[in-house]
Amino acid sequence: MIHIVKKEVPKTRDKMIIRVAAILAALLVASIIVIFAGANPLQLYFGILQGCFGSVHRFAATMEKMVPLLVLSLGVMVAFKMQFWNIGAEGQFLMGAVGATLVVRLLPNLPLPIMLLCMMILAFVFGAVWLMIPAFFKARFGTNETLFTLMLNYIALTLVTALQYDFWKDPAASGMPKIANLPDNALLPTVSGFNLSIFFVVIIVLVMYFFMNKSKKGFEIAVLGESENTARYIGLNITKTIMIAALVSGGLCGLVGMFQISGVSGALSVEITGGLGFTAIIVAWLSGLKVPFVVTNAFFFAILLQGASYIQTAFQIPSSVAEMIQAIILFFILGSEFLLRYRFVRDQTESEVA
Amino acid sequence: MELVFFLCAAVKAGTCLLYATLGEIISEKVGHLNLGVEGMMQMGAVIGFIAGFTFGNPIAAVLCAALAGAAGALIYALLTVSFKANQTVTGLTLSIFGVGFAAFFGRDFVGKKVPEAITTFFQPVRLPGLGNIPYIGDIFFNQSVYVYFSYLLVIAIYIYLYKTKWGLNTRMIGENPVAADASGISVDKYKYFNILLSGALCGLGGAFLSLVYISVYPVDVVGGRGWIAVCLVIFAMWNPGKAMLGAYFFGALDIASFWLQKYSLPVSIYLFTALPYLATVFVLVFTSMRKNGNKKEPAWLGKNYFKEDR
Repeated sequence: MIHIVKKEVPKTRDKMIIRVAAILAALLVASIIVIFAGANPLQLYFGILQGCFGSVHRFAATMEKMVPLLVLSLGVMVAFKMQFWNIGAEGQFLMGAVGATLVVRLLPNLPLPIMLLCMMILAFVFGAVWLMIPAFFKARFGTNETLFTLMLNYIALTLVTALQYDFWKDPAASGMPKIANLPDNALLPTVSGFNLSIFFVVIIVLVMYFFMNKSKKGFEIAVLGESENTARYIGLNITKTIMIAALVSGGLCGLVGMFQISGVSGALSVEITGGLGFTAIIVAWLSGLKVPFVVTNAFFFAILLQGASYIQTAFQIPSSVAEMIQAIILFFILGSEFLLRYRFVRDQTESEVA
Repeated sequence: MELVFFLCAAVKAGTCLLYATLGEIISEKVGHLNLGVEGMMQMGAVIGFIAGFTFGNPIAAVLCAALAGAAGALIYALLTVSFKANQTVTGLTLSIFGVGFAAFFGRDFVGKKVPEAITTFFQPVRLPGLGNIPYIGDIFFNQSVYVYFSYLLVIAIYIYLYKTKWGLNTRMIGENPVAADASGISVDKYKYFNILLSGALCGLGGAFLSLVYISVYPVDVVGGRGWIAVCLVIFAMWNPGKAMLGAYFFGALDIASFWLQKYSLPVSIYLFTALPYLATVFVLVFTSMRKNGNKKEPAWLGKNYFKEDR
């Protein structure tokens, strides 16, 4: 008989080998779909890399895709560390964008730096509140947060739909259902395709690294995630810890809403998230909830995203193919985790008999 | 009379949700939160349509759709049951995969009509006897066979879950796999069976949309209804009978904004689409506030079971 037992903590080298093997295996399987779509897989995979690094402009586009993904992933990571399944990053993202847009609508004439600062603050607050609602019910009644945050995604989406089609509809857009573009004093400054959000992202990454690894609060969040009983035993205020983690997690996701409308899309719309809130969950999970790996994984996924939009125009390959390739890679990585955590052993007694 | 038409349409709109919700209930009862409902519905919808378009045979189309949904569920089951992968992440990935799958394989069929053999087969039929009951007959018994089949499924799944040994074992695994394993139930087999069945039902729900609900294949036929089904499971408190009521209620809300367009209402009709989600949130909070175990989620929902951890 062959048994499966838990492994000790796997070595980083083993991790790398298994991950790379999983990705290669996934690309092999994905090749079947690529051939179905009428393209040469090798050419296509090379095309993805070209689309990401081929020129300064394309690299800027890759970074533009990485910024929201990275910050969202860091956001959900904080909650996940506490075993709090925040799958509502989409909703917090949208609400953040609503908050940022609200600033512009209420105070349209602020000078640029103050405007950006106010937008960021309100985006953070809106995103944080959107997660603190389910966090409160989780702390108070043990309400399932996975399902609650999932619902809040759609409530946020309908709210933005109502804003776009009704309340904030731009009368100047000649009947088109869209919200007016942000004025110039509300746009993040851009240098050769790279906008200012990259600068903020560097700061966020550093702050989050210290918050998670060196601060007391970060430690408390991790303890609570490991065992609620331990947390209670050492006298942690559980409700407070949950709320603080929700504040940081939701706030970061909300902040992305501001980065996205102010740096990329130029206006609030139902399409700004592009499903990134869900991708971020996968990124955070695959990173083992460690900040440096969140950065590398977000970069990897940004390559996939940017590559997908590039091959769509360059190879006439529908973006659905890229979606499937992405999912197949994920399936393989998820499956390969098993090899990291468990190992097979032959039953001792039986081998002795034999 | 207009209300009767509206309710009849609501039952029709709710049927795809009912199939998927019944599926997800079974999966959650065995302890697996599968967020891949949207993906499995998409796979069922596109494969159902392609099979129907190619063979022109309604039964073949429906079977292929169920198989497609089950195939999606198989990926999920392999990863979460055998490989102990995180359920939330795997489910989300399955949804991404299914949406891509449907968009890719369906792209040549966009704008194509459902073959006539299938539309005639799935035409509304007034049941003799039941169909003549005033109002009720018009609303529930003047529907497609696909809808009638869902009525039977509700009863069948209720019996399966609550009146058979297999259902009892299934629910036990969802509540406490350790105890189930100790009492000699093969946990993994039950999990595979229920997850695959759940996928097949989601596939059927998707195919209802592509074969019955629409007449011309659109770009995105499921359009997020899978996520509504996930809410419905909670709204129905994991009960097949309540799932039926909930599905028609959500179906009514789904078409409400369309029907309400002609009345000038003081609120934005777009806010109506938030009602199913708001209702679900209330149910979720309400059920967590009281301590009635029957109306709560299965205790091991979302957690994987690994024998050696015992």
